[in-house]
Amino acid sequence: MSDPVSALGGATFEGFASVREIGPLGMITLRAKAGTAGLEAAVHAATGCALPAQRRIVRQGDRAAGWMSPDEFLLILPYGDVAAALAGIAQALQGQHHLAVDVSDARAVFRIEGAKADQVLRKLSPVDFDRLEPGELRRSRAAQVAAAFWAEDGGFTLVCFRSVAAYVMGLLSTSAQPGSEL
Amino acid sequence: MLILECPYCGVKAEETELSPGGEAHLKRFGPGSSDDEFEAYMFARKNPKGVHCERWRHAYGCGKWFLAARCTATLEVFGTYLAQTAEPPAEIVEKIKAKRPEWKGYS
Amino acid sequence: MSTRLKSGGRLIDRSAPVEFTFNGKRLRGCAGDTLASALLANDQMLVGRSFKYHRPRGIVASGAEEPNALVNLGQGPRLEPNQRTTTTELFDGLEARSQNHWPSLEFDIGVVNNYAARFLPGGFYYKTFIHPRAAWKHFFEPIIRQSAGLGSAPKDRDADRYEQAYAFCDLLIVGGGIAGLQAALVAGRAGARVWLVEQTAHWGGRAPVDGDVIDGLPAADWVERSVAALMAMDNVTLRLRCMAAGSYDHGYVLLDEKIADHTPGDGRPKHRLWRMRTGKILAATGAIERPLSFAGNDIPGVMLAGAVRDYVVNWAVSPGDRTVVVTNNDDAYRTAIALHEAGLEVAAVIDARAAANGALPSRARALGIRVETGRAIAKVKGGKRVEGVEICLQAGEGSASSSLPCDAVAMSGGWSPVVHLWSHCGGKLIWDEEQAMFRPDPARPPLHQDGSAMVMAAGAANGALRDALADAHAQVNIALQALGFAAASSDAPAHTVPDEAPLEPVWVMPQGASVALRSKMWLDYQNDVKVSDVQLAAREGYESVEHTKRYTTLGMATDQGKLSNINGLAVLADSLNTAIPQVGTTTFRPPYTPVPLGALAGEARGEIFQPLRKTPMHGWHERNGAYFEPVGHWRRPYCFQRAGETVHQAVEREVKNTRQALGFLDASTLGKIIVKGPDAGRFLDMLYTGVMSTLPVGKCRYGLMCNEQGFLSDDGVVARIDEDTWLCHTTSGGADRIHAWMEDWLQCEWWDWQVFTANVTEQYAQVAVVGPNARKVLERLGGMDVSREALPFMAWRDGTLGGFPCRIYRISFSGELSYEIAVPASHGAAFWEALHKAGAEFGAMPYGTEALHIMRAEKGFIMIGDETDGTVIPQDLGLDWAISKKKADYLGKRGQERSFLANPDRWKLVGFETLDGSVIEDGAYIPDHGMNPNNQRKVQGRVTSTYHSPTLGRGIALGLLRQGPQRMGEVVEFTKRDGGTTKARVVETVFFDKDGEKQNV
Repeated sequence: MSDPVSALGGATFEGFASVREIGPLGMITLRAKAGTAGLEAAVHAATGCALPAQRRIVRQGDRAAGWMSPDEFLLILPYGDVAAALAGIAQALQGQHHLAVDVSDARAVFRIEGAKADQVLRKLSPVDFDRLEPGELRRSRAAQVAAAFWAEDGGFTLVCFRSVAAYVMGLLSTSAQPGSEL
Repeated sequence: MLILECPYCGVKAEETELSPGGEAHLKRFGPGSSDDEFEAYMFARKNPKGVHCERWRHAYGCGKWFLAARCTATLEVFGTYLAQTAEPPAEIVEKIKAKRPEWKGYS
Repeated sequence: MSTRLKSGGRLIDRSAPVEFTFNGKRLRGCAGDTLASALLANDQMLVGRSFKYHRPRGIVASGAEEPNALVNLGQGPRLEPNQRTTTTELFDGLEARSQNHWPSLEFDIGVVNNYAARFLPGGFYYKTFIHPRAAWKHFFEPIIRQSAGLGSAPKDRDADRYEQAYAFCDLLIVGGGIAGLQAALVAGRAGARVWLVEQTAHWGGRAPVDGDVIDGLPAADWVERSVAALMAMDNVTLRLRCMAAGSYDHGYVLLDEKIADHTPGDGRPKHRLWRMRTGKILAATGAIERPLSFAGNDIPGVMLAGAVRDYVVNWAVSPGDRTVVVTNNDDAYRTAIALHEAGLEVAAVIDARAAANGALPSRARALGIRVETGRAIAKVKGGKRVEGVEICLQAGEGSASSSLPCDAVAMSGGWSPVVHLWSHCGGKLIWDEEQAMFRPDPARPPLHQDGSAMVMAAGAANGALRDALADAHAQVNIALQALGFAAASSDAPAHTVPDEAPLEPVWVMPQGASVALRSKMWLDYQNDVKVSDVQLAAREGYESVEHTKRYTTLGMATDQGKLSNINGLAVLADSLNTAIPQVGTTTFRPPYTPVPLGALAGEARGEIFQPLRKTPMHGWHERNGAYFEPVGHWRRPYCFQRAGETVHQAVEREVKNTRQALGFLDASTLGKIIVKGPDAGRFLDMLYTGVMSTLPVGKCRYGLMCNEQGFLSDDGVVARIDEDTWLCHTTSGGADRIHAWMEDWLQCEWWDWQVFTANVTEQYAQVAVVGPNARKVLERLGGMDVSREALPFMAWRDGTLGGFPCRIYRISFSGELSYEIAVPASHGAAFWEALHKAGAEFGAMPYGTEALHIMRAEKGFIMIGDETDGTVIPQDLGLDWAISKKKADYLGKRGQERSFLANPDRWKLVGFETLDGSVIEDGAYIPDHGMNPNNQRKVQGRVTSTYHSPTLGRGIALGLLRQGPQRMGEVVEFTKRDGGTTKARVVETVFFDKDGEKQNV
């Protein structure tokens, strides 16, 4: 078996902020209604994180759990640990109506870093970044495609669909062009 | 360009993050319904100049459908509410009536 | 002549000379000049020609309202037509060319229109070019197109870049004059998130020019102090060169920020379009001076009085040595005083009012300036330049009593508030009789999403011409309170301006002017609309101001009537014998001044014009000769061209090779949606026309989806994964749409059903391995039993192939032995290469979408979007076998029961074989006998898919034909574009391997 490759093979761009594609990253979409017995245990088993509140993302080391909608969570973990995590979720939610599915390969993930990293995203998303709280996971669009992002470690992490990774890389590097600081 | 607050995730989403779904509170008519019933379900729309209950999907957000009561003429929004409701919530109805006494209801 | 004065000029830096060219002539200006001030400093008053009569045109204004002084700026990839010289900052190397003349600005052939002016009245185009009808297309339209447009359209790709950005604030203040600054100070101190934007490069607006005193300081000093205070506030954002183009629903405002207009090529974006959301908009946009309507008011050298003052005070430019000021108000006396103080001669102030005894006229008189009250200009003398004026009584008909030589005329008809941002979103205006102006009606503002006022006007924009500061202070407090902030406790700073006597509305000068004079009184300078044109329109029955606008083209030029509208509608009101408010204004529409298309496009150009979706194998395709076609936002290989091959040859080769040996198709774009839950089977039975709940685990079934009207919407193979999980394949373009469709029904109709869905389309790279050698290549990779027994047709299995984790679906869209193999997308490219490596000895080749289409057509398989167009039901396509008769309900069932869909005359799917082996043209119809009520040929069918079949060596087609299946063997005729027809025999839809033996080996 080959090594997994991310959509852009770790492409980078240095502008007034730095942009790099990261991954592959393990990701699980977990769908279950709030209050489902075993839900918290399932999220904990996969990520070590508590169940995130509305629009929050919580992190434990290299794992995180994000709130995507009232019945959907995004679990982030090392790529190689997905199968084990899915097994853990299945066990915790046995007999409960839920859906857990590996979406690691369906996504591309970017880091936008630097003191002006926010300005790169202010050009692409109709989001009030002055009011984006620490630990808030915002789903919106980046120009013409869906994207989710949150602030952490002095920058932003942005997740989009894999097929548009090159488009999003183009957006981010165009927006980070030197001389176009807001 | 409208702003509607998604009642599921709390985001004050702008129109480009949403997709419209037409009139809310339609009753589905399937097999066994009369031609008139089916026609009304399929084609007859109120399209009022005034207060209207509409379906919107937070397409670039949490993906949930929700409903919005707004005035199609002034674009004033009286409230947004869950899609899993058969009629507008009482507090929104009251708000509409206070501002638009002539309003005849959503149906 | 116009010239640079020896001293003064608050905005220019004489120590920094700037070189530029105008029509190739090298000229010099100073840093801080606008192109207009620099042209005037070089005595270049004539700068263009008008649109219709090609009359000489000079600079009239000093700001955004300028209708005349438009130029082609730059060249090649940086050419911009219709750029206003008054708002263009001068930079070294600027190249400007005048517009709308031939062969030269000074000598223009088109000016013959001017002498024919009496044959070109208002509505001329409508009256002249309507008959004969046939002449429009080939005669009139080409001529009009030739003469249309002022500047020249750029032909090269724009060398600059543009961008957009989103911004949010509590209060957006538009206009950086003293009203805007005061409002920003108050709002900033109150803690609101404030944006203050100013369209020019300077803060302060008119007050520093007019010599106002604020808080005991000269206005310029107060402005400097205020800007410094605002810069120190973290919650206040200041932007110069930033024009509020329009206000829209729910506090949305577009701001066009000029970043590198004056520093071209420095690597910064040329413009940035801000997409602002704000709690309230405070429009401190000031006012625009109105011209007066006297004969010859368009001759170069006639300017707005405020503009004359601006040029003298801001840029030390004198428009003329000897100026006549003509006015109906006190404000214009400031110009006379400013000219006098600059050492220039003021020939006289011609005041239409019977008396002028206010503070400013008194001061002018004290300076020795001649003031003539009750007088008017009968006409201006001169051609390309003012030479003098004839003076008459305002109350009379225009017989001149004296004449005054002069080389400039400064006119003022009063001021009109800039109400655009108030009006864009529905704010209403009231007519202020005393000030003769439309101003915002505070009782009828544009509304925000909560029903409150969205815009407040402040200062001159609110009609407060003299107490702008106090008004802004009051208005910002109203806005702050509405936003939930505390209002300022202090009062507005003291603002000292001289008292002014009321103006007297003057719409025509002199009052009883003759027709001859009225046909030389310009309202719209750029489009050549005169007082006589509007009066003619009124006589011809154009009573609505909107109709008059379009009939005469008043206000339809690039300045959108900033100068002309109020004068024009006052003339219209007078002609209709009605009051001005009854006539009303035309609609104010964004943008306030033109916004470059590049700014509206933003980043969306070149590689990122649109998102291109790429599969994990896309790079391989690019390296291996793929000829791509768009499928939704995807790019899919249409075929893989080899050296020396045409596209058609490549497609033929791919089909033959796949049928005879082995072909690989990148099928990753196929939609894949997981549906899971206790009610998933029941849900899918509602979604599909067939039954999915009974599908055994490990098996696949083809399904059709219809909309509620019963029309086919999507199709695909469904696999049962486990007891409560199904995987639904959709068409390549349909994944997002069908996923949304599923969620719609689950969230809004059957929300008590326990079903979850997930769109996993992009999780997998999927490859169709097709052809007689398909099994051999998989066995070579190894890892799974892919035999007929272990993996029969329409089954699926999980396992590994060549070490790759995969799921194999034994399905076929080609009629061949075929496996569709899904691997995680991160391994897709490696798996694809591994397949090619292992397949080399079996004759493997990649194939594209066209080969896929041909092979499915040879087998009579339908394609959504080819055989369907939103009006086709499954029964039309002979797919009755895929519709459950037993189910009580499914989406579309009731729709399909409608009587016209059960009509036996409906067009139904059949195959066609051309008699001569040729290929039926795409989109061809099958005509019927007779004509329909519109006198068009009746039709009885059409082609839906048509190809040359490499397998059969002939043209084959699928199509819809009235009562088709009952007409087997009949010969019908298809239309051809050259007018001929193609004869074809009606046959069954399956052309190849009718019994399906090849796929089932």
